[in-house]
Amino acid sequence: MKMADVTGGTTTSAFHGLAVEGLHVALGRDNAPIVRGISFSVNSGEILGLVGESGSGKTTLAMALLGYARSGARIVGGSVKVRGEELLGLSWNDQRRLRGDVIAYVPQDPATALNPALRIGDQLSEVLAVHEPETGRSQRVARTRSLLGDVGLPSDASFLRRFPHQTSGGQQQRIVLAMAMLTRPAALILDEPTTGLDVTTQAGVLRTIRTLCKSYQVAAVYITHDLAVVAELAERVLVLYAGRMTELAATREIFEQPAHPYTARLTAAIPDLFQPRLLSAIPGSPPALGHHQPGCVFAPRCQMRVTTCEEEDPIFEAVAAGHYSRCHRSTEVRPELGEMLVQAPPNPAATQALSVRDLTVSYGQVRVLDGVCLDVRSGECVALVGESGSGKTTLANAIVGLVRPDDGHVALDGRAVSPRARERTAAQRRALQYVFQNPYASLNPRHTVARIVASPLYIFQRLSRRDVDRQVAAALERVTLPRGVAEKYPDQLSGGERQRVAIARALVCDPQVLICDEVTSALDVSVQAAIVNELLALQRESAFALLFITHNLALVRSTAQRIAVMRAGQIVDDGRTDDVLTASGVSRYTKQLREDTPSLSKSRAQRGSLREHTTAAAPRYSSGSTRDLSHG
Amino acid sequence: MADESGLSTAIVADHGARMREGRPGVGPMWIVKRLGFGLVILWFVATLVFIATQLLPGDAARAVVGRGSPTELAAIRRELGLDHSLIEQYGHWLRNLVEGNLGVSLATRDPVGTIIGPALRNSLILLGLAAGIALPLGVVLGFRAAARHNKILDHSLMGISLVFTALPEFVVGLALVMVFSTNVFALLPAVTNPTGDPLAQPAQLVLPVSTLVLASMPYIFRLARASMIEVLASDYIAMARLKGLGERRVMWHHAARNALVPPIQASAIILVYLLSGVVVVEYVFSYPGLGSALLTSVSARDVPTIQAIVIVFAAGIVLFNLAADALTILVTPRLRTAQA
Repeated sequence: MKMADVTGGTTTSAFHGLAVEGLHVALGRDNAPIVRGISFSVNSGEILGLVGESGSGKTTLAMALLGYARSGARIVGGSVKVRGEELLGLSWNDQRRLRGDVIAYVPQDPATALNPALRIGDQLSEVLAVHEPETGRSQRVARTRSLLGDVGLPSDASFLRRFPHQTSGGQQQRIVLAMAMLTRPAALILDEPTTGLDVTTQAGVLRTIRTLCKSYQVAAVYITHDLAVVAELAERVLVLYAGRMTELAATREIFEQPAHPYTARLTAAIPDLFQPRLLSAIPGSPPALGHHQPGCVFAPRCQMRVTTCEEEDPIFEAVAAGHYSRCHRSTEVRPELGEMLVQAPPNPAATQALSVRDLTVSYGQVRVLDGVCLDVRSGECVALVGESGSGKTTLANAIVGLVRPDDGHVALDGRAVSPRARERTAAQRRALQYVFQNPYASLNPRHTVARIVASPLYIFQRLSRRDVDRQVAAALERVTLPRGVAEKYPDQLSGGERQRVAIARALVCDPQVLICDEVTSALDVSVQAAIVNELLALQRESAFALLFITHNLALVRSTAQRIAVMRAGQIVDDGRTDDVLTASGVSRYTKQLREDTPSLSKSRAQRGSLREHTTAAAPRYSSGSTRDLSHG
Repeated sequence: MADESGLSTAIVADHGARMREGRPGVGPMWIVKRLGFGLVILWFVATLVFIATQLLPGDAARAVVGRGSPTELAAIRRELGLDHSLIEQYGHWLRNLVEGNLGVSLATRDPVGTIIGPALRNSLILLGLAAGIALPLGVVLGFRAAARHNKILDHSLMGISLVFTALPEFVVGLALVMVFSTNVFALLPAVTNPTGDPLAQPAQLVLPVSTLVLASMPYIFRLARASMIEVLASDYIAMARLKGLGERRVMWHHAARNALVPPIQASAIILVYLLSGVVVVEYVFSYPGLGSALLTSVSARDVPTIQAIVIVFAAGIVLFNLAADALTILVTPRLRTAQA
């Protein structure tokens, strides 16, 4: 690997940003590498997007950039230089002095990264107390306050005296951002800082991050699994796969002229608000930690693989100026896009499988649902979209009879059913199935997959053992799980496999209505694409009504025929997907959501018009196939 | 190890459940409510004690006079109120209890108060000293072991604590006596002067206190260790380190507060044990505390004294738990700031 090239040609002596060379982190006694051979550099004021799916080693790498490894892991080798100063060779105590001072970290989940027992003011000002002990107390408070203003937070004394639980998720994210910026670090590592936030909050936090990095000239590494966010924020993107650098290029090139099949497939798996495409999943799963197969790590999942790929590990090399890839066939890679999705027109003859009328639910004094009306026809997919706390899950719970409404009713196939699940007939309960958000929590860890999937059969039907086995096998096959899965336990499965088991459990009931509550939000984008495609295929086969609950407006583009947008317990927009996502006659709230949803195509359009990028070569990938819906 | 962390999470979870049900607010209302609840528990215990005494085999009057004439027995019955109906006896017992009139000892004919008063004081001295050493030391050692998780200090402390958990306290007590009072080093008194004031001869306290410390500390140590290991693995501790804070500040400023809740909750259990479970230890050292008083009164069938001692134990349990919950709320901002 030629380091000088990778670091962007900057001479190291006068380099003020972050320079990483040959970084290698290993786990456990057998030294299984988690990340290896990581080399890149980030200039002051630049944001590098570091993209990878779960298990790619993102967080390990993020912490290693501060010379820190979680227990069990070890930094085996390499170099991290900030402002030209080497971090890794130093003693623990010297490293500690640099940490939080010249290089700072913004954690993934501020809710768990802020100490619940300490006041916010304490947690902020202690950074200054440790790194700049010469500053006085009043000075520390003054600087803390001014920075809180910078990140858009109240800076009065009462806010500083709050505990973390007395602030919102967006505020907590801004607090940890302020905490990292207090010492004016030269480099900033942001580890998925907006993953748990609503789009509108996320959009605000991203704006703040961009402004701070520019105005304080910070070299920032923004780690995420969300390519759409990277497209809006980063100048360059580094793609990580199985702990290795896979591709590195300017953001525009990564998306428009990818030189690695993984990047191309990943891009095609991302739903886009403005393009109704069939999402394309990546078959297979990433290699297990510490695998020692010869050849390219991505080869088993790659559709372009040739014999060389299985024998010879490709090197990470330049394919163009500033563009690097680890692929034998990098020049042949083309951007991939799923086919345009043509939503079938609604079938007026289809029956109203589910209708909700004037549903009102209160928790104590708080009205969570306020006169909600919603219809889903057989064979139709309706997306219920809204931010956290808008009442989506309460609505779902009220429909399945877990929450007792104050008013209104739920009807299945035109017949009103009891508000309480226990008072419904077995046939009614069977007709209405629910798949939960978190597949890690919704499956009994002590039951085998076969038993989990079979459990509704025992409740609803009197079947012989053989019939049950046959139905379980059929259901697992419908969700594309291999036969052997039946005897496994949930913790032996990946997230995507678990969610398929949960769907199979619902399918054995042969439901008329299936409620999917954020079923992909805990999954990687490539897995999400696979699950969504399978759900839609299943729905075409069995023509059940699908209520697809999500906070991800872009995902809806590729799934639903109709969208209901929910806010503060009310449906504010309800209509055909195209109309709600593009027409101007929708509520201001929906417009705001549209605007705040990160999108590859939107950032491409903005990059084209706003930034002074060369447009000499027309992007191979936007021609013809893209409908411009932004003025719809 | 899974065992301890399971225990600690169980305590926390149980605590959490209690908190959610009770909707604790801040301040006096919560304390008043809990005290009221404590009184209900005491009334319940008093009733149970009354019923239990009625179920005891034998006749209390006969226990007092031994083989007396029928007239003597009748006189004693009248004196004890045994000739009244059960309901009347129950009302009488409750009324006396509320008025603080614990009755007269059947064995010595002294008021029960004068018997258990000094005994309670002596037991509280023993308890105070033992808890004052065992609880802080156990917590500090637990935290230190957690900070050196899987290193030599951790392993040796865990090994030692396992030994003392496995040994019954009377074995520990007798071993201490053998080593320090008899053959090996004849340094310390093996028994206490049963009538004197234990504070007048502090040397007498050393062995009983040491025994109780050795018996109770392993539990608090293991709990504090498990709790701290869990806290040190949390995101906010990783964050504190990534902020560049020193290990000492991470440990004692960031981690300690969060790791204290399970040991605080366990302290209530330990204090109850120290109050009521000292029977054996007091017996080994013939220490004039509540445990000895209980043993004496049980062998003499001194029902009023037994009843009074049981009520004192129950009151101790209620108070210690209340104190532990109040302390937990104090160190947990989320609970402290919750709206009632």
